[in-house]
Amino acid sequence: MDWMETLIEKNGLILAFLVVGLIMGAAYAISRYLTRGRLPGAALAILIGLGLAFLGGERGVADHPLFAGMAVLGGSMFRDFAVVATAMGADLETIKQAGRAGVVALLSGVLIAFVAGAMVALALGFSNPVDITTIAAGACTYIVGPVTGTALGASSDVIAISVAAGVVKTLAATIGTPFVARYIGLNNPHSAMVFGGLIGTTSGVVAGLAATDARLVPYGALTATFYTGVGCLLCPSVLFILVRLLV
Amino acid sequence: MKIYGVALLCGCFLAGKFLGLLLGELIGIPGDIGGVGFAMFLLMLLSLYLRKKGGFSNTTESGIAFWSAMYIPIIVAMAATLNVHAAFGGGWVAILAGLAATIAGYLLVPLLSRIGRPTDRSQKPLE
Repeated sequence: MDWMETLIEKNGLILAFLVVGLIMGAAYAISRYLTRGRLPGAALAILIGLGLAFLGGERGVADHPLFAGMAVLGGSMFRDFAVVATAMGADLETIKQAGRAGVVALLSGVLIAFVAGAMVALALGFSNPVDITTIAAGACTYIVGPVTGTALGASSDVIAISVAAGVVKTLAATIGTPFVARYIGLNNPHSAMVFGGLIGTTSGVVAGLAATDARLVPYGALTATFYTGVGCLLCPSVLFILVRLLV
Repeated sequence: MKIYGVALLCGCFLAGKFLGLLLGELIGIPGDIGGVGFAMFLLMLLSLYLRKKGGFSNTTESGIAFWSAMYIPIIVAMAATLNVHAAFGGGWVAILAGLAATIAGYLLVPLLSRIGRPTDRSQKPLE
């Protein structure tokens, strides 16, 4: 069956489009007929995707040779490309109006995630400022964690914890956002920009918004895209000095 | 032609990524800072400009609209390729830290959304 392997290996990306199409079809059918539209099809499709990720390892379902193309389709290149394309539907005036709120959200988002992460680390018995800072940075995003940890010379197991904390945040934002959206007023571009700045993990923000209301995606993405940078800037510097002073 | 729209999108995307990487390089952070954001602004401004000039036809726009519509399917693929096992490999510290950060962020959304929100058209100061 060598030729079957060739068919799949050489056409991974095309197969990925087909697989995702089938997932979307199944999700929208389930949403319509089983939940009568209460659970949005997009949210369900993302949940099915996450479920599939459990079948694989580091690269999720893409670890399986049959689904290797999913890593390309779901990789950062296509993701960022599609996010930029959504800007076509965004309103420049609204963005200008929410600009100040977005910047405040960005700074408070990094701060509050860091404080929350640091409290948890402290409560669970970490006392070394480097460890606390690294774990707290991981609570920002799974990129800020290792960048901070490497800069401060944290041990590799602490860095692994910080990456894990960031992944948990991405998952929590992906799954939780459609359910909490109603209660936190996340139904307009203005609050979507604030949301993007506060949560900050680009994948979590865009997946969470996509599951809630796809029209909000460009606004959330606009602020979230700066979050990791701000986090990488503040965590190993100002915030680390603060932790060292306080602990 | 549709390819004009796609090419415009690609141009904006690469220019934005370039700016993001340049910014990262300048402040000494590995990676791209706000590249997607810069690209989005570029695309919004350029399409606005081209539309005014009349050089932005509906077919051109449909080249961009296609990729915009592919957005959720791509997110589904992304979700399927996340390293979900890592989330549980970090133990309770990681799970609690990640959850606490997310919940804290959620709680601040209604509060910070009040900043600069247009309350009523008539209450807006005249410019």
